[in-house]
Amino acid sequence: MAKVRGAIVVDVEKCKGCGVCVPACPSNVIELNKEVNGKGYHYSFMARPEACTGCTNCAVVCPDGVITVYRIKIPS
Amino acid sequence: MDIAIKDIIKKENLVYTKTKLMTDNVLSYCPGCGHGTAHRITMEVVDEKGIQEQTIGIAPVGCSVLAYEFMNIDMVQAAHGRAPAVATGIKRVMPEKYVFTYQGDGDLAAIGTSETIHACNRGENITIIFINNGIYGMTGGQMAPTTLAGMKTSTSPFGRDLHSMGNPLKITELVAQLPGTYYVTRQAVHTPAAVRKAKRAVRKAFELQAENKGVTFVEIVSNCNSGWKMPPVQANEWMEENMFPFYPLGDIKVDGELVKK
Ligand SMILES: Cc1ncc(C[n+]2csc(CCOP(=O)(O)OP(=O)(O)O)c2C)c(N)n1
Ligand code: SF4
Ligand code: SF4
Ligand code: SF4
Repeated sequence: MAKVRGAIVVDVEKCKGCGVCVPACPSNVIELNKEVNGKGYHYSFMARPEACTGCTNCAVVCPDGVITVYRIKIPS
Repeated sequence: MDIAIKDIIKKENLVYTKTKLMTDNVLSYCPGCGHGTAHRITMEVVDEKGIQEQTIGIAPVGCSVLAYEFMNIDMVQAAHGRAPAVATGIKRVMPEKYVFTYQGDGDLAAIGTSETIHACNRGENITIIFINNGIYGMTGGQMAPTTLAGMKTSTSPFGRDLHSMGNPLKITELVAQLPGTYYVTRQAVHTPAAVRKAKRAVRKAFELQAENKGVTFVEIVSNCNSGWKMPPVQANEWMEENMFPFYPLGDIKVDGELVKK
């Protein structure tokens, strides 16, 4: 069976650190960073990137539309 | 065999990015506010239908007064509550265009009640997207007609008292009673599943508009973290527990017929 791997890219300077993407991720990939962006927001990032399946849930629910999602199938 | 992140993040593997029909301007909304998501799904529908050139939006007064800065289409900004009247004029002059209003509950259900009800009763061929967050967001969280019983706002600091302040208004159920509405639904945008469903509703509303069926009306029950004085994730939970029982999600009128519950 082919394995699916995903990755997200957060537009760090446009992320408002609202945290809405965090519970939306079924694979518990995302956390808010301890660091802040230029506006002082704790921007989101992939804390557990290996668990991302590229399901797009986080991007679909992000109010600011700052998440881009990539997905790849890895033949086993 | 494992794969490096940089090998996943490649153009050919792209599965989701913000539609080009949302401009690159930073949204003026508070962190976590559903307005941004509601904007984006509307623009995704316009993008996927390929109707950017044929779509005209009417922005309201309220937090989304600047919607024309964010939606990459032709837009007009109307006086408070008057968006359905402006939409009526535009649609009648240019019936081949897709015309929609985007309005908050203070705009649509308070100062604009007359315009809302008469446009819906006349059966104008327009789409109304109604963001119900139960409060006046822009002006600092005052009580709206849609504010829930017992809900605290800056003008009902001890909670809305029905005896002295009246009942919350289910304007969506009200317009569904009118003969001019064809499709009336209530949605939300706080979870991925809700967003996908709300987007299907917006698409349906636009498609029916092209068939000249009358008003298509999509309410989106949304949060106002700042007005409700809660962090965004907590506001979404509060919305599920308190707003949804009074404003239940789902279709209210389909194909011109009220949905039997
Ligand atoms: C004629 C007029 N009356 C009052 C106002 C003040 N005002 C601005 S926004 C607003 C309420 C907006 O609330 P809502 O429509 O619920 O939108 P939200 O900000 O919550 O998205 C009011 C009363 C105004 N701008 N114009
Ligand atoms: S939902 Fe969007 S804006 Fe909010 S924390 Fe996540 S990436 Fe940032
Ligand atoms: S794409 Fe899916 S799995 Fe990956 S971070 Fe987003 S929600 Fe989680
Ligand atoms: S005040 Fe409320 S409705 Fe307005 S942007 Fe902030 S959270 Fe959204």
